[in-house]
Amino acid sequence: MPEFLQFSVSGLTVGAVYALVALGFTIIYNASDVVNFAQGEFVMIGGMATVFLTAAGIPLPVAALMAIAAAMAVGLALHRLAIEPARGASPVTLIIITIGASIFLRGLGQVVFDKQFHSLPSFSGDTPIRFGGAAILPQSFWVLAGAGIIVLALWAFFNRTLLGKAVLATAANRLAARLVGINTSFVVGFSFVVSAAIGAIAGILVTPITLTSYDIGTLLALKGFAAAMLGGMGNPLGAIVGGLAVGLLEAFGAGYLSSTYKDAIAFIVILGVLFVMPGGLFGRASVERV
Amino acid sequence: MSILAVQDIGIAFGGVRAVDNVSFTAETGQVFSIIGPNGAGKTTLFNLVSGVYRPKTGQVRLDGAEVTTLEPNRLAERGLSRTFQNLQVFFRMSARENVMVGRHLKEKRGLLAHLLALPSTLAQNRESAEIADTLLARVGLADYADTPASSMPYGALKRLEIARALAADPKVLLLDEPAAGCNPVETEEIERLIRTIADDGVAVVLVEHDMKLVMRISDRVLVLDQGRVLAEGPGAEIRSNPKVIEAYLGTHGTREANLALD
Amino acid sequence: MPALLSHRLAVPLVIALVVVALSFALPSNFYLRVAALVWISALAVIGLNLLMGYAGQVSLGHAGFFGLGAYAVAVLPAQFALHPLLAALVGAVICGLIAFVVGRPILKLKGHYLAVATLGFGILIAMAISNEAWLTGGPDGMPVSRMTLFGWRARGAETWYWITGGLLVVGAWIAVNLVASPTGRALRALHDSEVAARVAGIDVARYKVRVFVISAVYASVAGSALALVNGFVTPETANFMHSIELVTMVVVGGMGSILGSVAGAAILVVLPQVLTAFHEYEHMLLGLMMMVIMIVLRSGIVPSLAALIQRRRK
Repeated sequence: MPEFLQFSVSGLTVGAVYALVALGFTIIYNASDVVNFAQGEFVMIGGMATVFLTAAGIPLPVAALMAIAAAMAVGLALHRLAIEPARGASPVTLIIITIGASIFLRGLGQVVFDKQFHSLPSFSGDTPIRFGGAAILPQSFWVLAGAGIIVLALWAFFNRTLLGKAVLATAANRLAARLVGINTSFVVGFSFVVSAAIGAIAGILVTPITLTSYDIGTLLALKGFAAAMLGGMGNPLGAIVGGLAVGLLEAFGAGYLSSTYKDAIAFIVILGVLFVMPGGLFGRASVERV
Repeated sequence: MSILAVQDIGIAFGGVRAVDNVSFTAETGQVFSIIGPNGAGKTTLFNLVSGVYRPKTGQVRLDGAEVTTLEPNRLAERGLSRTFQNLQVFFRMSARENVMVGRHLKEKRGLLAHLLALPSTLAQNRESAEIADTLLARVGLADYADTPASSMPYGALKRLEIARALAADPKVLLLDEPAAGCNPVETEEIERLIRTIADDGVAVVLVEHDMKLVMRISDRVLVLDQGRVLAEGPGAEIRSNPKVIEAYLGTHGTREANLALD
Repeated sequence: MPALLSHRLAVPLVIALVVVALSFALPSNFYLRVAALVWISALAVIGLNLLMGYAGQVSLGHAGFFGLGAYAVAVLPAQFALHPLLAALVGAVICGLIAFVVGRPILKLKGHYLAVATLGFGILIAMAISNEAWLTGGPDGMPVSRMTLFGWRARGAETWYWITGGLLVVGAWIAVNLVASPTGRALRALHDSEVAARVAGIDVARYKVRVFVISAVYASVAGSALALVNGFVTPETANFMHSIELVTMVVVGGMGSILGSVAGAAILVVLPQVLTAFHEYEHMLLGLMMMVIMIVLRSGIVPSLAALIQRRRK
């Protein structure tokens, strides 16, 4: 039982990061149909920038805010300089552009930062909290609480603010949104900025546990994408559930079965789910219209 | 025995009975038309008959055999073909290639011969291309043979779909609004085409909004309203049917009713 | 002239001419080696383009087949004393069988769901290769014994240049044959409209599996060739990044263009070699060029340039 609890907490912690990456995918996808494979690089920028800014003597909270702002600027630049000029290109062309952006940002990280692994001090110390026989890192609570707050804030934003509703309207029907006077180009750019911020926050919160380096983005994008698809592409709830599920599967797979095949276990489950539910867990069955 | 017999067929989407207990038969060499206001379930009925949707109730018999749950490609093997209301053209292919795809079931399909471009495959390609060219000429698109479908006008694409469907040598042909969006000249051409198709021994089932066209060309007409059969019979009977007039007056106003009665 | 260019055999002929012409132009063994790597990648990319560009089915796991082909010529001769050519053949058959078995359930999925399923499938293969060290040497990889044919040892950059160039020409020839055949038309049809393809009598599921098997065999043969050229295999041949690289080559060169497959492979093999001169700026420049190419030539190099030339003529 303590084992089970231990695996659950570590699974949920990693899963929360996947969930945030998946949520970033979902926000951009809904606004623009673009699958942004540079999503993992936002996580990298958040973690690495905070590491280097704190190393330069800037207090952690300020450094974190600056890192988030940097990621948001990169997100905006990505939209303005790479996505917007290719508007109207096929989805697969846009995907290759974001893969190019991912390689570019990884290279940039390597030049601006370095090729070493880095960590941040835990926000509230490293003394594990004993709970039901399991030892839980305080930082895990930061990650889980942070993810929870982001989800709540996003929910409030989309349901309570005019801009949020404009984003939802754009996601539902781009042409109709334009007809009622929504600047959809702004909305898409905004979705990149929001996704970048979410990724950066995830990166800052998780760095004390998992470390960070210039090339962590690829694997995170992969897992986040898989999580988003497991939940059902375009569904925010699906992204969160999918992310947590992938994290838990990895943790339990590594703990109870085989640590070398932990990724395999997650993907076998994803394949199994998709064979039964081809639209993901929360996807709707679609009727072919002809 | 009728070549196509549909009995008590029905389907519901989210509680709405889009098609409800519809029965009809179509005969070789005749044109059977299905009319009705928008949303009456005409296209859904086509999707049920052609295997795109799986019906919840009822059955479809083709040439005497029960085919209700068969996939569209299995129905095609048994001689059923169709066109689509909103175009389903192969836009990345030329007009000729579109029609050649329609020959699929009649073609030699040995994969190894295809990979190595054996003489049999090259001969097959030539034969399919010749048949496609003949059919393109028949629907009046001979000049478009090498044109990519993506740069053909709308009216031409409608006829391209008919040519593609004919390429399969169907026994039953479902045409979903072949004259929609066509000018009067094109409509007249399509009317003549449909007549010759039926005369060649095909059972044509037609969904069409152009009432003049329907009344001129149909051997029998079925009126669908809110998924149900309102009336069925020869055109002359249908246009004097009070229930039909009421349905059209009620939903579409006098203009279309007058057209129907014209 | 235009009629000549639109002939089915024009594309493999052009590729053959390029292979022959380059053999005179390339100054040293190093360049011949790079060219051989281009031919090998191009072969895999042509297969993937049949799946993606013509049939419209994405695969983010094709490096898995590539890796299986590579490890077949490493493992089978070492374990069962199989001749490398026979090993490559067995590898191709195994890949074809795997594609046949997993193809049906996987290819029922569409779009991004298909992408993630093939991604997962590729990762499973890559993971098996790097974890089963007793068979594959694990993450360090394993050596591949030299190929001998009737006492003649295949080695040297020039020999492999011609062998891989020949493979590419044959691969391109088979691909253009397929595209112009009834099977090719069925694949292109189901790409544009699955429902219309089904109504035309095409067994869509069956044809998707067919092209998946064919593209898996292309990848496997290319993998075997790479292993034989390098004399060494590593798990990187099978990993996710390599799958992404293959997809990128397809899209950069041009979906649905055999010539584009060669162009895409050439750019993404040669560019990193050139960019190593820029040391730590290498990745930045590679990413930047990928973005610029896709923004400017959004249908891929060959189709976009062809459209440009056609417009110029008019």
